[in-house]
Amino acid sequence: MLESIRMVYGYDFTEYAEASVKRRIQHFMRLKDVKDVPVLAKLLLQDDKFFEEFVQELSVTVTEMFRDPTFYKSLRQNVVKRLATYPFIKVWIAGCATGEEVYSIAILLKEEGLLNKAIIYATDINQKSLQKAMEGIYQVESMKAYTLNYQKAGGLAAFSDYYISKYDGVLFDKSLRQNIVFSPHNLVVDRSFNEFQLIICRNVLIYFNQQLQNKVITLLYESMCTFGFLGLGNKESLLFCDKRANFEDVDRREKIFMKKN
Amino acid sequence: MEARRQYEAVVIGTSAGGLYALTDLLQPITSQFLLPIIVVQHRSKGQRDLLESVLQSKSRIKIKQADEKEKIVGGTVYIAPPDYHLLIERDRTFGLNADAVVQFSRPSIDVLFESAADVYKDKLIGIVMTGSNSDGAAGIGAIRRVEGVTIAQEPAEAQFPLMPDAAIKTGHVDRIMTLKTISSFLLDIGT
Repeated sequence: MLESIRMVYGYDFTEYAEASVKRRIQHFMRLKDVKDVPVLAKLLLQDDKFFEEFVQELSVTVTEMFRDPTFYKSLRQNVVKRLATYPFIKVWIAGCATGEEVYSIAILLKEEGLLNKAIIYATDINQKSLQKAMEGIYQVESMKAYTLNYQKAGGLAAFSDYYISKYDGVLFDKSLRQNIVFSPHNLVVDRSFNEFQLIICRNVLIYFNQQLQNKVITLLYESMCTFGFLGLGNKESLLFCDKRANFEDVDRREKIFMKKN
Repeated sequence: MEARRQYEAVVIGTSAGGLYALTDLLQPITSQFLLPIIVVQHRSKGQRDLLESVLQSKSRIKIKQADEKEKIVGGTVYIAPPDYHLLIERDRTFGLNADAVVQFSRPSIDVLFESAADVYKDKLIGIVMTGSNSDGAAGIGAIRRVEGVTIAQEPAEAQFPLMPDAAIKTGHVDRIMTLKTISSFLLDIGT
């Protein structure tokens, strides 16, 4: 089925890690009350709108602000100083989901005095997620956990300085967004589009099989300048990819790497 | 249970009280054990590998945190990492994902059990132990549907009986056993 989707629509899920994709497809089928895979396949190939919903469901990811605070702490300690030496900093957040990570990075750069000379490209395959990321509105209930994360990450201000509350939502400060470009990008089929000093791609690779992981890491590698930095998710590594030897550990525990050559 | 079935894996789900229960359960088991034992223990995401080292200090069998794409082998107890769901791929490697919480949990026992049932079918043994929520109950149903073996810790013995109770209430648990008898059963089929 994933193969025919690839051929008809050009969305390629065939190299995704199977167990997770299967779980999401089953979830989607329950949601839509579809009884079996043949029925699903038929609906997908007949109905563009149904297909669009399917793609959204398959590619949606959840995250939080300053997820894994120690990662951000390490960025502050090990990466920021070196980024500061560039006249202009380009950052790519690949697989930015609903944007929590983007605003976290923007806050971090602002506090380190680098936001004004930075441009952050935030991309995701999922249009709906991207839309939410652009709006920058989050649930007020999440703020308690995010504030705690922010403090643990070495935040320098009061977290509430960065947003305004309205009804049950909070809106993040517009000044954070000035230098952010949100754009759709599919890591599986799209190409490199710039050269970055910092790429953050966390908890994206875990959804891919080994071949695809290797391809995507190569794409990230090709999108970095020499001595550029790459931040991965906590349980992700470069261990099995061809470009392993071209990277050097900056912080092995927090999965921050530097491109050597 | 039929005389001899070639089992392939054991999955265990536990929450509150799980560290003590796991310590007791694993006590008689060594690295000679032929099957992999794959565990979801609900845990705080702040502590990345404390659980593994504490459990290792009390066990004879090798304990390790499950890594992404890692090949699953016997004689090892794999623990799901904090803040990720743990899944089994068809090629007997681990998959991780950061999808939404299931039963208020990540890692979730249901997620592990359902994906393990998909892969190991009737060669899977699923065990639900002490805990104070109902994660694992749906997973036990999934294992039962593929005719794997389903076991719940005797709730009277469990420090927190709610979780084994919830599994038993589904009607899909084959055996209700004390930790001691579960250990002997495992040794019996896996050595």
